[in-house]
Amino acid sequence: MVYDKGKVITGLVVFLIILLSPLWYNALSGKVEPSLKLSMPKEEKSCIEERMFMRSNHMDLLIKWRDDAVRKGIRTYKGLDGKVYRISLTGTCLSCHIDKAGFCDRCHGYSGVKTPKCWDCHNIPKEEGSKV
Amino acid sequence: MPVLYASLLTLFLILIPGIGIGLFNMKALFGIVVLYGAFLIFISGVIYRVIIWAKSPVPFSIPTVCGQAKSLPWIRQNKIESPHTSWGVIKRMLLEVLFFRSLLRNEKGRLKTGGRLLFYRNLLLWFGGVLFHWSLFIIIIRHLRLFLEPVPSFVEFIYGLDGLFELFTPPLLITDLLILLGIIYLFFRRLFDPQTRYISISTDYFPLMLIFAIVITGLLIRHVQKVDIMGIKAFLIGLFSFNPSLPKESNTIFYIHLFLVATLLSYLPFSKLIHMAGVFFSPTRNLKNSSRMERHINPWDYPVLVHTYEEWEDEFRAAMKDVGLPVEKEN
Repeated sequence: MVYDKGKVITGLVVFLIILLSPLWYNALSGKVEPSLKLSMPKEEKSCIEERMFMRSNHMDLLIKWRDDAVRKGIRTYKGLDGKVYRISLTGTCLSCHIDKAGFCDRCHGYSGVKTPKCWDCHNIPKEEGSKV
Repeated sequence: MPVLYASLLTLFLILIPGIGIGLFNMKALFGIVVLYGAFLIFISGVIYRVIIWAKSPVPFSIPTVCGQAKSLPWIRQNKIESPHTSWGVIKRMLLEVLFFRSLLRNEKGRLKTGGRLLFYRNLLLWFGGVLFHWSLFIIIIRHLRLFLEPVPSFVEFIYGLDGLFELFTPPLLITDLLILLGIIYLFFRRLFDPQTRYISISTDYFPLMLIFAIVITGLLIRHVQKVDIMGIKAFLIGLFSFNPSLPKESNTIFYIHLFLVATLLSYLPFSKLIHMAGVFFSPTRNLKNSSRMERHINPWDYPVLVHTYEEWEDEFRAAMKDVGLPVEKEN
């Protein structure tokens, strides 16, 4: 015999609802995309480093670029294929990835990471009042 | 010895996915089968334990209180420590579950010169417990960003708050440090406090080590060998929509992290960690202190056949009178 049946079952139901939240939340929201579509540059086929490296380590590269350019005055970076790039967010990165909302914000929104401090100083291309 | 057993077991658990993924690339096993299995064991294990507790009768009203019970109108009742209503019990329970209130009474005796035994309030255990449990809770909440799409605003808020210091990119999360602090304290308390050490067995050390390893592997895949969060979120959402796909991730530490979490999930219902559910079933906490107002019925009570003196005298009155024994009633 189960004592306090009502309370026990309520507790278990609450536990299951919380535990299975990904299941019903994603189904109800209907916002899950089979694959995240990013607006990619059309002309260029490769970034300055490997695709997987850029996916997981782009933040390190950007910080390194910031330190190199702003603090050390180094303005060049040797990329994957030995090609030398000019260190510049606006001039290099954003010349291909022109669409912030369709590129940066897609993944950052998807993973709940607020866009970092890039845009405190840098212009957002295509945005009103932008000089790029 | 208990520490040795626990650390060997933890190492062994790290090696299983380490070898399985690192050498044999068994992604289907460690990325799908093990996770579904662990989740199933977790859910059914918790339900199983809860039903066993719900089936256990509570014969006596045994709330452990340490305050004035409800009494005469001019005696002030301690409503938090000694509640006599269900609402009061809920309040006491919430304070216990959320803030570990009873640990605030933790005292430690010390023998002073002259043989005087003095008791000191010791809040360290309370503090270590709060650090550990609250950090773990916040860590679980912010992991929801990898499961829910779109990410709810409260998860984003907590995640942002946790990385407030913006140390490193991605920012080092405060709770990751606090939970390590909590675990290290709780671990060394068991080692260095002679009384606690005496009663500690390997299953006391093992969960701490397991969670420690989970935190360390989590920190590694966030800060050292970074992983592709997009791929991982797509993989986790796939698992929860029963449409699993092999994770693209090839970072072995990620699989160790997953495997240790799966171990924790499947170990939880059958270990001391089930106090997560058990705290709600403690009769010393979930009962009202109302034994002077309501009768607590023992569920085992069954009608007992009794033969009272009155009935006995009725039966033998005539015989008693014959031999001159005193009777209470004349007829």
